[in-house]
Amino acid sequence: MPAIGFLAIFSFLPLAVTLVFSVLRYRLLAPRIPAFCGFQNFLRLFSDTQFLESVVHTSEIVITVITLSVLGGLILAFLLNHEMPGKRLIRMLVISPFFIIPTVGALIWKNLLLDPAGGVISTLFKQLGMMPIDTFAVMPMAMVILIVLWQWLPFATLILLTSLQSLDTDQLEAASLDGAKGLDCLYHITLPHLLRPMTIVILMELLYLLAIFAEVLVTTAGGPGSKTTNLTYYIYSKALLEFNVGAASAAGLLAVVLANIITLVMSKPIKRSVGL
Amino acid sequence: MNRTRIDYRITVLSWLAALLIAFPLIWMALMSFKSDFNAVHNPFDFSSWTLESYTSVFRDQAYFLYLMNSIVTALGATALALALALPAAWSLTFAPSPNRSSIMIWILSTKMMPAIGILMPAFLIYNKLMLLDTQLGLVLMVAAGNLPIIIWMLFSYFKDIPYGIIEAARIDGASVRKEIFLFLLPLAAPGLASTALLSIILAWNESFWTLNLSGANAAPLTAFIASFSSPQGLFWARLSAASCLAVIPILIVGWLCQRHLVRGLTFGAIK
Repeated sequence: MPAIGFLAIFSFLPLAVTLVFSVLRYRLLAPRIPAFCGFQNFLRLFSDTQFLESVVHTSEIVITVITLSVLGGLILAFLLNHEMPGKRLIRMLVISPFFIIPTVGALIWKNLLLDPAGGVISTLFKQLGMMPIDTFAVMPMAMVILIVLWQWLPFATLILLTSLQSLDTDQLEAASLDGAKGLDCLYHITLPHLLRPMTIVILMELLYLLAIFAEVLVTTAGGPGSKTTNLTYYIYSKALLEFNVGAASAAGLLAVVLANIITLVMSKPIKRSVGL
Repeated sequence: MNRTRIDYRITVLSWLAALLIAFPLIWMALMSFKSDFNAVHNPFDFSSWTLESYTSVFRDQAYFLYLMNSIVTALGATALALALALPAAWSLTFAPSPNRSSIMIWILSTKMMPAIGILMPAFLIYNKLMLLDTQLGLVLMVAAGNLPIIIWMLFSYFKDIPYGIIEAARIDGASVRKEIFLFLLPLAAPGLASTALLSIILAWNESFWTLNLSGANAAPLTAFIASFSSPQGLFWARLSAASCLAVIPILIVGWLCQRHLVRGLTFGAIK
């Protein structure tokens, strides 16, 4: 199958090259030719606080955004699953952020909304007579998470709402005829029905959140200091800002291993939820 | 559960939530009709409207280059990915090998691999092959990135085609090519269309490879917008106008095919 070949070329070939690079002392800016250096790159990584921090930051983003988007998505899905005037329009508004180019979304937040000089929020603050805060300086990580959450909450809502609408209402009616109270229905029928879509939402978000890049690049560039440097941005800075091929490859390899562990853990629920 | 009665508290809450979530986009649209100066210094003053930002974006020759790059990348990557995914999904559905589910998981696992893991080699290989900052280079990389999801999605559509029809075609002596072009494609046309749309959305918004593998020549709109992040100068109105133009086509596509997207993004688990 040509597709398999194409995927192999674009995933395994570079991966193999990464593997080789990761054990080389290889800097594009240094005049020396690449030389074997064993596991030095890896050892240096593990003693690099910036690297360790970036792993922590990555997990912060992944865990917070997944938790909040699934919970928020559930609430929104239940809320929007009612008849109301303008239902379609509401739905369109709610899911819109998901279709926005990440760099666009991030820059709108950074400039138009949160900028301490002319952003909406700080202007509001000023008119209320309060001091505007430079949110990206005070709590940069929270801001990055906010932007990413804004993009992924609509996704969770869309999936959960669609799934809620496909719930068989006969089942609920039958249950309530049998004397089941609202909460019983929720626990025994609705939530189990939503389990599968929730698994898928978590899986898809994992896939994309581990690799958040554009949002960090255009808002904080990993800073201030390295307060918002996640794994992706760390590797990017090693690779294309410092041109340290060896270190970037070693860190990249660790990222791949991490992702594979997650895939392994997730592969059972995936197979189950798509019915393979 | 009474679904026909309208509860006004829920209506009000829903509208509030929707407006809050969409507020950044609404605000962006409003700002795009102001002047750069007013957008920064009088954000709440809506007395003067102007198309200045739009005309200045259109006057910028470079904008059309970025737009073309976005279109070429999105359409090219979609065409390539579909061309590769079709035979793959066909054989996974209608000529399965015993370890089909492992192959499927393997295909998906290439998507799990963070792109950043291969950034360095990809960059160096592209450099050697002169693919850096070319449309072809972006098309190849973006297609590769979306291929797993597209194979999975096509598979989920093919799975729903009654096997009997394909079998009948085979018994009547249809070749593989005929089987695919005369039976499979017409039957799966709606699925194919929504797969293509999802692929276009993903490719249009892709902002890892497009930011890292392109420069002045092949940069699509994602990179153009990112260039506004530089602090020298506050071109908020122009940023808003350019952003509106960049996101509106995809927003419309997204609105029109929500249901198909849900299906695609959940690999057919939710219809």
